[in-house]
Amino acid sequence: MAADSKSVKMTDNPVKSGEAAGQTAGAGKAGAVPTLEVKNLSISFGGLKAVDGFNVVIEKGQLYGLIGPNGAGKTTVFNLLTGVYKPDTGMILLDGKNITGKKTIEINQEGIARTFQNIRLFKELSVLDNVKVGLHNHHKYSTLEGILRLPSFYKVEKEMNERAMELLSVFDLDKECDYKASNLPYGKQRKLEIARALATDPKLLLLDEPAAGMNPNETAELMETIRFVREKFSMTILLIEHDMKLVAGICEKLTVLNFGQVLTQGVTSEVLNDRRVITAYLGE
Amino acid sequence: MTKNKVRIQNAVTYGMVILFWVVIQVMDKTGHLTSLFKGLLVPLCMYAILAVSLNLTVGILGELSLGHAGFMCLGAFSGAFLTNCLETAVPSVGVRFFMALILGALVAGVFGLLIGIPVLRLKGDYLAIVTLAFGEIIKNLINVLYVGRDANGFHFSMKDTTSLGLDEETGVVLIKGAQGITGTPRAATFTIGILLLLLTLFIVLNLIHSRTGRAIMSIRDNRIAAESIGINITKYKLMAFSISAALAGMAGVLYAHSLSTLKASSDNFGYNKSILILVFVVLGGLGNMRGSIIAAMLLTALPELLRGLNDYRMLIYAIVLIVMTIFNSSPKAIELRSVVMSKLRGGAKKEVA
Repeated sequence: MAADSKSVKMTDNPVKSGEAAGQTAGAGKAGAVPTLEVKNLSISFGGLKAVDGFNVVIEKGQLYGLIGPNGAGKTTVFNLLTGVYKPDTGMILLDGKNITGKKTIEINQEGIARTFQNIRLFKELSVLDNVKVGLHNHHKYSTLEGILRLPSFYKVEKEMNERAMELLSVFDLDKECDYKASNLPYGKQRKLEIARALATDPKLLLLDEPAAGMNPNETAELMETIRFVREKFSMTILLIEHDMKLVAGICEKLTVLNFGQVLTQGVTSEVLNDRRVITAYLGE
Repeated sequence: MTKNKVRIQNAVTYGMVILFWVVIQVMDKTGHLTSLFKGLLVPLCMYAILAVSLNLTVGILGELSLGHAGFMCLGAFSGAFLTNCLETAVPSVGVRFFMALILGALVAGVFGLLIGIPVLRLKGDYLAIVTLAFGEIIKNLINVLYVGRDANGFHFSMKDTTSLGLDEETGVVLIKGAQGITGTPRAATFTIGILLLLLTLFIVLNLIHSRTGRAIMSIRDNRIAAESIGINITKYKLMAFSISAALAGMAGVLYAHSLSTLKASSDNFGYNKSILILVFVVLGGLGNMRGSIIAAMLLTALPELLRGLNDYRMLIYAIVLIVMTIFNSSPKAIELRSVVMSKLRGGAKKEVA
């Protein structure tokens, strides 16, 4: 009960501050290049238009929400952004650079990292190693240096350990660093996935239903974490979520998808009160 | 803390191998070794190397490969070929053997890479089937390969010795199809075998506990997630596969130098051999290198030492395999093991000390 009222309280404040931040960001950086700009993105599977003419502009540092009923095409948008699918039409610009049609690993190196709706951790690896895999492309030594245990191995491994522990402590996972990832409780697995994504040092973080399967306490804690990540790493975040409390609590702007098309987009409080959005979720 | 744990685990593995060497040396000096067992020592090392190298593909990369005997075959023949070729140029057998080891590993590694490029696009059963076929193809090709040398250089044929068209005076047939390679010096000793096993362990264990190893294991655990954080799947799959093949090639060279006649027969390099190596890996535990060595050594030594039960060997194999699979992966068995282990922990520590 206590936790519930706490999270309700949290819902109120950030909307306002979020709005304010969104407006100032919009006004202040009118000429600045947005972190993500998607123009007219479409893909169809067979005859089904899964995503049809999707547009979005996300400014640097924004916390942006993507919502919509089941099957609206939200995860497909994520898969398009991360190169899992190639779009039929449209353009994806990251910091003004066209990344349309690139491979998943290239897109990650360009600066988009994601988490998954159904958690995808490296189950048999330790918590620490999960994050260290995320650091793979930033802290390098060759395979031969690794096998021969040359000084560069020890130096880079030390850097990696320090950086990984730093990230883990942000998520309060540093005490569990030796655990096997699959042995973590559910909520912590979600956090570890975010930590791993952040380890790749992205410009844009995509969170696919981070609160799925969480109880209200965990959700409230997750909201705090997401907000904290955004402050601490000055991260731009796009998230898919069904938990309206979370969406209303932390997102500054929203885009609503329905049957693959953008139903409406704008400032969170306005979008959530839009008649059409309520209809899409609840029916006529 | 994990790091120290890993270090201790690795030290135990190396220590076990060295201890085995010492024990055998002492037994040899005091005359406790039968000639039967002496003959088994090099194969023991060879199978241990094969099991550890296959474990890299099956346990660490998580792909089921049944072509390991094929890579071993490649290594064996290229190594033996080199040793025989350089008989006059390099008189020292030791140097030739050393060169053969390098060449054998290289050839098997390159073939591992070439075969891996198309094959690693497949998954699970399909990969197993195709690698099995590749192993057989390699064996059968070598079986009909004739190579000779005379003053004019090398001659190749897929038919018979006469079609090589060798010069009468200077011609020497090096590879005689199904009769294989004869006259390879038997330079492989137990000590060399143990050294190669230690080298294999050094390469595999260090690889696993490095940046590359983590990338390989991340592919095994979740390919999609690995890709999403920028791991080059193809590169690391190929790397693990070809390193595994190269080490198998090295084991092949060791094998070739323990026989006076090397034939690419089904007994030596058939798919049964590949499956046998896989049995070692599964028995020892996927990803567990120490287990692979123990399983390989036990299962190689036991049938020879228990010759009386030879008729039942395959039957016992099957039963042991089933029992071990249950022991290794059934939740109840794991629970039981952890209970037993925690009870034994106090005693075990004293033993180690």
